[in-house]
This record gives sequence, structure tokens and C-alpha cells, in this order.
Amino acid sequence: MAYFIQLAFAGLAQGCIYALVALGFTIIYKSSGVINFAQGELLLVGAFIASVAAFEWHLNFFLAVLIAILVTVLIGVLFERLALRRMIGRPVFAVIMITIGLDILLRTGVVATGLSNERPPATPYSIASGINFGGVHFGANEIWTIIVTLLCCAALYVFFRYTRYGLAMRATALDQEAALAMGINIRTTYALAWGIAAAVATIAGVFLAINVTTFDSTLGGIALVAFPAIILGGLDSIPGAVVGGIIIGLVQLLTQGYESHITNIVGTGFDTITPYLLMILLLLVRPYGLFGTRKVERV
Amino acid sequence: MSATQQQEDEIAESVPVARARGLLASAKNHMVLIFVALFLALVWLFAGDNWLLILNVTMVTAIATLGLNVLSGYAGQISLGITFFMGIGAYTAAVLGGNPPVFPGDPVGLNLSFLIWLPAAGIVAALAGALVGPTALRLKGFYLAIVTLALVFIGLYLFKNARSITGGPQGRAFPVPGFGDFTFASPTTVLGLDLSSNQWYFLLLIVILGLVALFVHNVMRSRAGRAFQAVRDNETGAAIMGVNLFQAKMSAFILSSFLAGIAGALWAVYPGSYAEPNTWNLVLAIQFVAAMLVGGVASVWGSILGAAFVFGLPLALDTFSLIPQSTSNTGLTSGDLSAIIYGLLIIVFMLFEPGGIVALIRRIQTRIQRSEQRRKGGVAGDTISTANSAASSE
Repeated sequence: MAYFIQLAFAGLAQGCIYALVALGFTIIYKSSGVINFAQGELLLVGAFIASVAAFEWHLNFFLAVLIAILVTVLIGVLFERLALRRMIGRPVFAVIMITIGLDILLRTGVVATGLSNERPPATPYSIASGINFGGVHFGANEIWTIIVTLLCCAALYVFFRYTRYGLAMRATALDQEAALAMGINIRTTYALAWGIAAAVATIAGVFLAINVTTFDSTLGGIALVAFPAIILGGLDSIPGAVVGGIIIGLVQLLTQGYESHITNIVGTGFDTITPYLLMILLLLVRPYGLFGTRKVERV
Repeated sequence: MSATQQQEDEIAESVPVARARGLLASAKNHMVLIFVALFLALVWLFAGDNWLLILNVTMVTAIATLGLNVLSGYAGQISLGITFFMGIGAYTAAVLGGNPPVFPGDPVGLNLSFLIWLPAAGIVAALAGALVGPTALRLKGFYLAIVTLALVFIGLYLFKNARSITGGPQGRAFPVPGFGDFTFASPTTVLGLDLSSNQWYFLLLIVILGLVALFVHNVMRSRAGRAFQAVRDNETGAAIMGVNLFQAKMSAFILSSFLAGIAGALWAVYPGSYAEPNTWNLVLAIQFVAAMLVGGVASVWGSILGAAFVFGLPLALDTFSLIPQSTSNTGLTSGDLSAIIYGLLIIVFMLFEPGGIVALIRRIQTRIQRSEQRRKGGVAGDTISTANSAASSE
């Protein structure tokens, strides 16, 4: 039982990281209809800058994270402003590809600094610290990941529910033309969406980096596992992204923990594909995800 | 692009071309073709192994890019999963053509002829396409993109675990194409000419690529091909015109998988004839998407040019060390630099020339013709007549 709780706890924390990445995808998708394939690289850049700021420039952890968030937000907003805005109305493929272009640039940029190998993560607490309770180790990083994810969700909820700009973003997501007619500045909402997505990606990156103890330029690959999460939750649903992320995290960690018992049936590395299998199974039943908007289109 | 120019381009495109154009049509193109053939013959004889390697790699990847273009360019169904089908094709080739196992635990091989395993690679990949298609093609846009992406990861998992077929994570050897005692991988002397392995592969690949290109070109001008393009442009409209959507999408998917399977078998065989399961990864799949988009969507020449650009060019830069090697340990390596160029080019092409290299060439041609006409004292202001002549003389 302790083993199960341990796995479920780790899965929950992992799921929170997926949820943060998925939140970024969904917020951008809702506002502008773009799936940002560079989301993972924003996460990498965030974690990388935080680490460089903490270890090379010897800054305080919180200052380092703040700088990292500022830089990634700037990258996101600039990319939206300079490149993506010209792509409105283009085929989905072209839009995907341009974000992949950004993905390649960001990753290579990190590699090119020459500091990306075996990068120690910026962390305010010792990596191994935590609480032992009933034979289960609750790691400090896992606990903080879950708490901060909850805080982020609450902050986003308040933002979307009660602020002027949040309302503007919801209106834009609902009906862009009507929002324009109501005097909403769509450009601001796009920039905001990219800014928020970049900020949550950085937070996810910092926690993920601590989780893996040392990281390199492949850290952003995690975003590929967040894809099933957003599909599971429904591409355009923000609560769906969180729920999807947590489900994927739990399922993945549980399979990882138990697959050694059934290795002659499933082979090795089964946990790497469970998120995708889960996603495909769900798509067969509900093609719009758990919480997504059902689109009716008949021919 | 200025507004008037855009208008002119649109007019040029909308002018109907009287005669149906073949892949290599028109008298002028015949001359060009002869020159190209002569040039290729000279390259084949004198260019040396480095250049031939670059050309051969371009040709193999062009076949896969063509396959992707059938599904994504012509039929408009996004796929990030072409490497899955390439892998299936490659392992079919390995099982049918590979050497029988010597030690227990060696991957299986039936040692059949190249004339069997190459088509079989395509056919089995097409069957896999037919199997996956009904599930995948229910979805559209980003959903389809992400499901095909999932296919790559599922493929990697299967390939790594199917040890008796793929050799497990360490990989396995692949059969070398040949007839009887002759193989394309060994240097041979014919009529006093010492032909290297790369020269033999060049001949083989140019024939296969030629056949595939002609095939794709002709299919796309047939009823089925027009149905693909109608589905891409407007699904509802296509259905109203009597196109069976499911059938059209499935045919595109199967045809695309077939070509991917053949390309996969060749990619595993050339140049190394050894491949690990990790060969069939997402990065490679994305490179094919990049090749298709940079070359030109829904264009046969575009696929070939795109493959040259995405696969041939970096290899050329690397082979001839055109990018200076960095000496300091913090600076850019040549690999980093070519990755940055690659990423930038994708962004630049998507922003400024969404039609890819093919559209760029066409635009330059039109501009040259227009300026020629102006020089001859033609009616420079009359855009329609210039555009007309530009279109008909293409």
C-alpha cells in the first residue's frame, strides 16, 4: 500500500507539471487557435535561465525565477507579435511548423551557450529533503509542485473570472468578431495569452528540473507527453488541461511503478506510451475530449 | 508583397492553361530536361563519392517527402507520423531480405530477393496504413497531428520490443539490394568503368524516384487525385460534389504509407544498411514535414527540392565543412549553426513564401519574363496581358 501511495503521490506531482504545460497550450489555443509546439522549449529556457541566474550569476532563487519568467514571457510575446500574427488564417500545418521553427531555435540557442550539459537546477530547498510519513517519502519538491500548481490554477481562475482582461480573453475565445465589436483589443489578449503560457511553462520548468536533479537541452521533450493531456481534457478547456495532466501523470507513474511485474507481457518502456494509448482510446469514444466543446459538423 | 503584385500573381494563377501539362511538358522544358540529364550523367561519372552521397540521400528522402505530400499536401490530412510507416517498411524489408539468423537471438531474415522485399516494404506499410487509417482519419487538424505523433512513439516502443524482427534497441543489419551475385553496395567494373557503390545506388535511386514522381504526378491529375485536393480545399464542398470523403482520405493514407514504406526500406539500407529502432523518431518525421513545406506543398518538384534543402544541404555543409568549426568550447558547433539556420529558414519560409521553393522559383520566372517583356517594349502597364503570356509560356 505504501508503494502505491508513493507512486500515486509522485504521479500527482508529475501530473501537476503536465497540467502546467497543458495550461499553456490551452490558453494559447483558446485565444488564437494555435497549438504551440515550442511550449516545451519555453519550459527549457525558463529552467535554464533560472539555473544560470542562480549558479553563474549567484542570484537569489526567487530573483532567478523572476528573471527566467520575464525572459520567457518576452520571447513568447515577441514571437506572437513578430511571427504568429502574420500567420492568421493560414493552414494548420504551416502554423504548427512555424512554432516548431521556434522550438528548434530555442533549443539550439540553449545548447549554443555551452552551459546546458548536466545543468544543476535552481532550487530554494535541498533536492532530497521531504517528510517521511507512514513509510512514504513526501519529497519537498513534489509537495511544492502540487501547492504551486494549485496556486497557479487559483490565480488563473481569479484572473479569468474577475478581471477586465480575463473577461476580454474569455470573450475573444468565445467569439472573436463579437469581441472586436465590443471594443476588445484582440492584440492585447493574444500577447497576454502568450505571456501567461510562457510564465506557467517557466514555473513547470523549474519544478521539473529539480525533479530530474540535473537537466540538459532535452528537458523540453516533456511537452510531447502534455499533448495527450490536452487532448484528454479537451483542447479548449482550461479545467480539462489540469484534469488531463493529472490523469496522465498518475497513469504514467503507476505503470512505471508496476510494469516490472508484467514485463514479459508488455516489454520495456511501456510507460512511455500509456499516455498516448489512453488518449487514442478516449478519442475513439469522445473525439472532443472530456471537457472540450463538442463541434457538430455533418456532411 | 505589394497588393498589386499579389493581384497580378492571382491573375496569373487564375488564367486557365489550355493544355494539360505533364511533369516534364513543353518544348522549352524538353531542352531543360536534356541539359539536366546531361548534367546528371556528368555528375554521376565525375562528381565523386561525397556529392553522390548527398544526391542519393536527397533522392531517398525525396521519396518519403513525396509520400507525405500525397497525404498532407494534396489531401490536406496532417501527419507527423511518417516515420512509423517508414519503420514498418524497413523492418518488412529486413525480415524478407535479411540474412537468416546464425546464432539464437539473431533477428530473423528470409534472404529473399530485392525485387520482392522492396515492393513488399511498401505493401506492408500500406496495410499498416489501412489498419490505422479508419481511427486516425476520424480526426482533423491538431487532433490528427497529435494522434499521428502518438503513432511515432507507439512505433518506437513496438520496434524496441520486437527483438526478433528489429534486433531490439541495438538495431539490426538490413539487406543490400542486388541481383544474384551483383549488389549495389559493392564496387564493380563494367565496360572498363570502375563504378563505386554510390554510383550504383545513384542509378537505382534515380529510377525509383523517377517512377514514384511520375506516379504521384499522374495520380494527382486523375479522378482520385482531384478528389484528394477537393477534400483538402473544402470537405463539405467535396462531399456535395460526390466525393466519398472516407474513401478519398483512406486512399491518400494508404498511398502515402506505401511510399513511406519504400522510402523507409531504402533509408535503412542506404548508406549504412544498419538501423536502430530509434532511427524512426519524431525529429526525422518533423524533418520530412519541413521538407514538404519548404519545398512546396502539393508539388512533386517541391518534394524533391525540399528534400534537397532539408536533408541534402546540411549534409553538404557538413561534408565540405562550409561552416567554420568553432575552436572555443562555448561557441557554436557546426551542427548547432546548421540547426539554427534550419529553424530560421522554416520560420522565414512560413512567413514570407508559404508556397515554398517552388513558388519562389515560379515568382522569379514570372518576374524575369515580365522584365523581358518590358525591355522589348511590350505594354508594361497592361498587367493582364503580361500575366497571360507569363502563364502560357510556363
